[in-house]
Amino acid sequence: MYQVGSHGSLTSALDEINRSLPPEAKNAMRDRIAGGIYSSAEKIAGKVVSRKGKQINWDQKIDDVLTSRWLGFPIMLLLLGVVLWLTVTGANYPSQILTSVLFRVKDILSGLFVQAGAPAWLQGLLVDGAYLSLAWVVSVMLPPMAIFFPLFTILEDLGYLPRVAFNLDKFFRLAGAHGKQSLTMSMGFGCNAAGVISCRIIESPRERLIAILTNNFIPCNGRFPTLIILSTLFMGGAVAASFRSVVASLVVVGLVLTGITVTLLVSRLLSKTLLRGEPSFFILELPPYRKPQVGRIIIRSVLDRTLFVLGRAVVVAVPAGALTWALANTFVDGLNLLSHAAGFLDPFGRLLGMDGFILMAFILGLPANEIVLPILLMGYVSAGTMVEVESLATLHNILVLQNGWTWLTALSVMLFSLLHYPCATTLLTIFKETRSLKWTLIALLMPLSVALLVTFTLTQTARLLRLA
Amino acid sequence: MGLFNLACTKKYCLNCSVPQDQFPVVTVALAGNPNTGKSTLFNALTGLRQRTGNWPGKTVQRAEGSFFHRNKRFTLVDLPGTYSLFANSVDELVARDYICFARPDVTVVVTDATCLERNLNLVLQVMEITPKVVVCVNLMDEAERKKIWVDVELLSSELGVPVVATAARSGRCLDKLVDAIDDVASGRIKTSPRLVAYDSEIERLVQSIELKIRPLVPEGLNPRWVALRLLDGDRSIIDSLQRYLGESKDSSFYWGGEGALCIR
Repeated sequence: MYQVGSHGSLTSALDEINRSLPPEAKNAMRDRIAGGIYSSAEKIAGKVVSRKGKQINWDQKIDDVLTSRWLGFPIMLLLLGVVLWLTVTGANYPSQILTSVLFRVKDILSGLFVQAGAPAWLQGLLVDGAYLSLAWVVSVMLPPMAIFFPLFTILEDLGYLPRVAFNLDKFFRLAGAHGKQSLTMSMGFGCNAAGVISCRIIESPRERLIAILTNNFIPCNGRFPTLIILSTLFMGGAVAASFRSVVASLVVVGLVLTGITVTLLVSRLLSKTLLRGEPSFFILELPPYRKPQVGRIIIRSVLDRTLFVLGRAVVVAVPAGALTWALANTFVDGLNLLSHAAGFLDPFGRLLGMDGFILMAFILGLPANEIVLPILLMGYVSAGTMVEVESLATLHNILVLQNGWTWLTALSVMLFSLLHYPCATTLLTIFKETRSLKWTLIALLMPLSVALLVTFTLTQTARLLRLA
Repeated sequence: MGLFNLACTKKYCLNCSVPQDQFPVVTVALAGNPNTGKSTLFNALTGLRQRTGNWPGKTVQRAEGSFFHRNKRFTLVDLPGTYSLFANSVDELVARDYICFARPDVTVVVTDATCLERNLNLVLQVMEITPKVVVCVNLMDEAERKKIWVDVELLSSELGVPVVATAARSGRCLDKLVDAIDDVASGRIKTSPRLVAYDSEIERLVQSIELKIRPLVPEGLNPRWVALRLLDGDRSIIDSLQRYLGESKDSSFYWGGEGALCIR
């Protein structure tokens, strides 16, 4: 007899059914139940759906091109290049305006502090520290983000990302990873933390971990501006003005390709060592192309992104800027603390083609990647002679004339930015997703080792060959 | 239309004397195949900004939001997109367990008008679990462009549940959908789902199992559905019963959080 209300006895009911039906009958049962549902659905759909006229399947025709063997890749690179080119060209103008406005405001603020008779340290901490770093973030980092992100979202809304996944699928499978990793990787372009969360679409824990650990190798929206600015200043600066933004975009495309290559190599390495296993089979549905809601995307992502970045800037860049100023203005043994710290890191930095200030900016920039370059500039400016910032050309002066940057420095910084550890938000997300301190630590240290290895090899090779 | 987004709702509530938390609450689950516009619908109704995007599997996080209508508070739960409820993957398990055990007042199955047949599979499966179903035939704008016509009234009489055609992206006909949800939740519309009739052997087996387990199945669960799952050898239903039976008495229901998906 069954106990009333006890679900434990449902188990015995199931056992009884299992006993009375041979296993092959049970498998067939499942198929027949599913079959019953499918045929009902088919019957109903047949009654209620009607099609008028012959319809050309445009989606299919477009997909034949976008995912074709020969054209798939060139089109993908072309699209990426165009998006980056639009970002590079488009960001320049608002950047110039913001720079001149924000730095004029700084002068006004300084004037106000002087008028109010505020102590010099207060003015330094708030204006030269907190406000200046905020101004750098807004004027240099914000415009590229505000352009790149909506463009990326339009591609996403259009339905292009699954086509990218389709094109890249075989590479990921060769790397022993899941084909859907190309989707989660693409999400990393927007934000690595979002990319890590999107890894939940991968069912197998092994492949999901690979996807989570390697998401960092895709430059997020917070790192793109760094890559774009440096390649504009250094690589683009080397050619005639009319080709500048094209060359700069090409360099960034190259860096993205480097990131994807490293993603594949590290995935392969992980699937051969720590996370051994076979790639699992999956079916990727190519969704229909849909007209993106361009207006809404632009308004929303500009507003959301702007507010988000400004919010983070206030939370992270302002205290970091104040701290940098304080370090630069606290003197011990006749030298300020910033220079002490930078001096300590300098030998390591030199080995990697960078310097102590750069390494410190990367360390201080752990909370948010978008403040690395602003903090670096803060460090340079507050430790060296003060410069009047009027336009972006000043940036070039600060880096090249005052701090001796070469193309090798710029490339090393870009590669380090591309490969180094994920930001604190992403690390926290990784911890939440994996619930494991061990994997979070690996997510921090593994990319760091890759970044160190790559920049070290590059610098030493370039020096050996006397290229720099 | 403005009735449904939060900004208008607040104004609406300022004018009435009842505090917001004293409105009767109606829980609504949004189920549907991947990429049918569940999140777009969710955003359009709640005024929230749950991430939308054109790729399958985008909704991986639990999303909940609410809106007010006819002096009631509707809490919407955006479930992960699934093709079936056979509990083959975590997503399907999460969606099935929510419909089964959290027992929302109404389950809206969002379907894609351009490929209705495939979407109806899920509708039929949901109707086996609960009679409180509203079918939303979404993406009507896309279907019209592709010259596909869906006879909504006929579909409604075929299924025995209300069917509303919408275009969530432009917000078309969402008011009708909300009315239908409320009508089903309040019992103004009595649904009578036309369930799938399986072949005679399965029907015979299901009926005999159903008779046996009827006293064992907790209230609110459809014994026919449990019988079908036992028949197709889906053990996960027993695990889920054991997991959720204790919790189903209070309204708190844990699903799809980090715990369900986390890697160990």
